[in-house]
Amino acid sequence: MKLAIASGKGGTGKTMVAVNLAFTLSQTERVTLVDCDVEEPNLHLFFPAPGITTEVTVPVPVVDETTCDHCGRCEEVCQYGAMTVLRNRVLFFPELCHSCGGCTLVCPNGAIHEEPKRIGTITISTPLPNLKLISGMLDTGNPHAVPIIRAAKNLAANDPLVICDTAPGTSCPVVETLDGCDACILVTESTPFGLHDLRLAVEVAARLGVPTGIVINRSDGKDQATIEFCMDHDLDVMMTIPFDREIAAIQSRGDLLCRVRPEWQTAFTALFIKCGAITGVQR
Amino acid sequence: MKICITSQGATLDAPVEERFGRAPFFIIIDSGTGSFTAIENQFARGAGGVGPKAAQVLIAQDVKVLISGQVGGNAREVLAAAGIAMYTYRSGGTVKDAFDQFTKNTLELST
Repeated sequence: MKLAIASGKGGTGKTMVAVNLAFTLSQTERVTLVDCDVEEPNLHLFFPAPGITTEVTVPVPVVDETTCDHCGRCEEVCQYGAMTVLRNRVLFFPELCHSCGGCTLVCPNGAIHEEPKRIGTITISTPLPNLKLISGMLDTGNPHAVPIIRAAKNLAANDPLVICDTAPGTSCPVVETLDGCDACILVTESTPFGLHDLRLAVEVAARLGVPTGIVINRSDGKDQATIEFCMDHDLDVMMTIPFDREIAAIQSRGDLLCRVRPEWQTAFTALFIKCGAITGVQR
Repeated sequence: MKICITSQGATLDAPVEERFGRAPFFIIIDSGTGSFTAIENQFARGAGGVGPKAAQVLIAQDVKVLISGQVGGNAREVLAAAGIAMYTYRSGGTVKDAFDQFTKNTLELST
């Protein structure tokens, strides 16, 4: 089973849910935790361990100006404005390139070939005997998170139980992470912002056909608007975590709620069972 | 010589648009005859990479001078490589005012 933990709004507690769910489940089975928030990965802070790091590259075009006759076909095919053909030279903007390969395909003179360009890294570690952590990290200044997320998820493709911590928001990195997951846990908070962004995230998950359940975090007991939204949209509130200074303190020092307060493991096990129920996946 | 001024509308009375790649219109004035044409910028609402694409429109029109508020890095590289001079206009006036200031040499060359 492959689970995604997402939120829409940032700072609702995705990471808190992801690390505690992974820790709890790893007490009894093999778990792979994938940090798909590659622009600011942080799961390794909760599970420090030595790891093996590999580079992630994407193919980018290189133009041979001696064979190029500046016909402009590559510029026409590029949907991202990455190729500009002038009368006597070609300008290439690597940060606009999506590595689609179109320019290389259409060049009638074979003047374009592709070379790998590093955009980030993936680190694999084993912080606990039953826990594999795969952390994607985008290089600073690089705009394309998606290839790193794809590579990180691929490394977990054959693992039996995978938990993906997504980036906040509802844009490409979130779509890439949710795509192909069996279930999505949306972590929200009972604030107007939390509900606003939850609404957007629910739409994205629905569009991708990923069954979704809700976790309300930092609840002050006044969750009526969120609960009503969930009822209207036939979404289960699978867990409610109270607003609690001790929980915040544990999380803030990089510790795990379920390690410090093992009684919480029951709740996270139940959350996992409910995820299985919303997917209908037989395990 | 053809001069392009980024504009919010299709006439000389329209306000100058300070953005280059996302300008709704390019007003191209022939400094010799004083005649002008308005080109709607089809990339104005594009998702990304609009700067270089908009620059290509100017190159295709054989424009020699661009007057705009701000030109982004990628567009600037294309325009510079094509030998198009860039002038900055941020007075908040009309296309006609920008053109007049250019003729009086009071606009600043942007490098």
